[in-house]
Amino acid sequence: MSGDDLAVLIVGAGPAGTRAAETLVAHGVLPIVVDEGARSGGQIYRRPPEGFSRPAAALYGFEARKAQAVHAALDGLRERIDYRPNTLIWNIEGGVAQALGPAGIVRIGFNALVLATGAMDRVIPFPGWTLPGVFTMGGSQVALKAQGCAIGDPVVFMGTGPLLYLVAYQYAHAGARVAAVLDTSRAGQAIPALPGLLMGGRTFAKGLWYMTWPRLMGIPVRRGITPVAAEGESALEAVRYRDRRGREHRIACTGLGIGYSVKSEVQLAELAGCEMAFDSLAQQWLPQADEDGRALEGSVYLAGDGAGVAGADAAEVRGRLAALALLADRGIAIDRALQASLRAKLRRIMRFRNALERALPVPFHLARALPDETVICRCEAITAGDIRQGRALEPAEMNRAKAFTRVGMGRCQGRVCGPAAAQILAAARGCAVEEVGRLRGQAPVKPLVIRAGAEAAVEDRSRAASI
Amino acid sequence: MSQRAEQHPGATCRLVRLAETDRPGVTIFHGGEQLAALAGDTLLTALLCNGVALRRNEFDSDLRAGFCNMGACQDCWVVLEDGSRIRACTTEVWEGMRVCAPDGDL
Repeated sequence: MSGDDLAVLIVGAGPAGTRAAETLVAHGVLPIVVDEGARSGGQIYRRPPEGFSRPAAALYGFEARKAQAVHAALDGLRERIDYRPNTLIWNIEGGVAQALGPAGIVRIGFNALVLATGAMDRVIPFPGWTLPGVFTMGGSQVALKAQGCAIGDPVVFMGTGPLLYLVAYQYAHAGARVAAVLDTSRAGQAIPALPGLLMGGRTFAKGLWYMTWPRLMGIPVRRGITPVAAEGESALEAVRYRDRRGREHRIACTGLGIGYSVKSEVQLAELAGCEMAFDSLAQQWLPQADEDGRALEGSVYLAGDGAGVAGADAAEVRGRLAALALLADRGIAIDRALQASLRAKLRRIMRFRNALERALPVPFHLARALPDETVICRCEAITAGDIRQGRALEPAEMNRAKAFTRVGMGRCQGRVCGPAAAQILAAARGCAVEEVGRLRGQAPVKPLVIRAGAEAAVEDRSRAASI
Repeated sequence: MSQRAEQHPGATCRLVRLAETDRPGVTIFHGGEQLAALAGDTLLTALLCNGVALRRNEFDSDLRAGFCNMGACQDCWVVLEDGSRIRACTTEVWEGMRVCAPDGDL
C-alpha cells in the first residue's frame, strides 16, 4: 500500500499526537487529527482560551520553549491536515471511529490509527475527598494554567509524584498561598533510585529545584505522611494527616490538590483491539506495543502517556517513532538513522522515568486500608465496604464487582475509582491485584448527550462544541 | 494581593482569580441569580468564582464542585434551564447562559 491509500487517524493533539502528525506530513501522508481540547497542546502544554495574555514563560516555566514548539508544530500543519478540535472519539470498531464534535456525531473511517490519548491523575480516595474544594493535582494545574485561578486560599497539595512539587511551585509563583506540601513518599526512597535519576540530567536537576524551592520559600514540606481526611461541613475547611511518627496534624485550607502521579488513558486502545497486560510498577493494565509503539502491525500505533506514562519529552519522541513505524510498515521510506537516535533517546528517558517512579512510589497500600465507610466511587457514592462485601461473589473480579456494586459503572466508567477499587477487592480476597482483572473498556468511553434534535446541534455550533 | 481580597471577601467562593482578570465581562444566571463571569471562563470557573459548589450528587445529596477539571471524571455535569446537560469544566460560558442551581443554599 502506498501513501496515497493511507487514511491515518490520530487521536490526541498533545506532544505525542502533534509530533506524529508532523512526521506523517513530512512524508506526504496527511492525517485526520481529532482532539478533545479546544486548542492543541494536550494537558501538559494546555493553552488558555483565546484572549488570555500571560506569556508562555508564566504558563509553562522551564518548559516554555518546548510548549511553544509543540503548539507551533500543530499550528503549522493546520492548513494541510484535517484537524478537528473539540471532538471526542467515543468508540472504535472495525476501522471506524465514532466522533462527537461541533457538528454532532460523525463516523470517521481509517486504515491506520495512532492513539495519543494521554493520561490523567491517579487518585487514591480517602475520607472527605468528595468535598467541594478537593481537586486533582492536574485539575489544580488546569485551573491556574488555563483559567488564571487558584483552587482556594490557602491551598494544600497532597500525594506524591513530580506534579506535587511542580504544581505547588507554580501556585506559589502565581501568588497563591500554599499552606503545605504533603508527600506520602520518604526522602530515603530516592537513594536506591539515584543512579537512574541521574540519567535524567537536566530534568533531574529541575526536579530537585522544584522539590527544594518550597522549603526555601518557607512552605512546609512533610514527607512520609499518611492522609487521614479532608473535612468540612459542606465544603473543604481543613485536611488532616499523620506524620511519619504517627502524630496527627490538621491544616486549614479551602483548596486541596491530590494525586499520585498519573495513569494512562487506555480505553480507546482496548476498544481498538490492543492486547492488554498488567504493569506491576504502574499497577495498571496497559495496551501492549513494541518500543516504536507498534501495537497491531500496519494498523494500530500507540504514542505518549496513553501507552504507559513517561512524560512530555518522551511523548514527543514516541509520537515521532510511532509515525515512523507506521510509515515503514506501509512501505514508505524513512530515515533509519533518525529512528535509531530517537530510540536511544527514548531509552534514556525511560531509565530516568523508571527511577523516578521508584523514588516517588505510589502508596497503593493506602487504598487497601481505607475504612469501610469511605466513598470510593464518587459518581455513585459506592464505599470501600460495598466493594469488600462483593468479595464473596465468584469469580471475584472487577467486572463482577461492577455488576453487583456498580463501582466503575458511573459516568467516569472507573477512570477515577478503578485503581483503588481493584486494590480493595484484591486485599479483601487476599490476592494480587492483577488477579481481580480490569474493568473492560466500554463505548461510549465518555458520556454522550443524546440530543432530540441532531440538526439543532449542527446549527448551534458554539454550544455543541462544549460537549 | 489586595485586588484578590476585594474580589473575594470571605471564603464563600471556591476558586480565586490570580491573573487574567482584564477580559470582557459575561453575564450568566445560576438558579435565576445573575452572576458576573469573564469571557473565556469555563462554566466551572465562572460558578466557583461566585460560589462554593456546582451541583448535588444524586446518590448522597452532597454538594460537588468538580474534581479533575479536564473532562475525565465527569463530576461537574450540570443542567441548563432549557433541559440540556453540559460538563462545566470543558464548556465556556456564553452571554446569558442559564444554569439550574442545586436545591438548598450554596
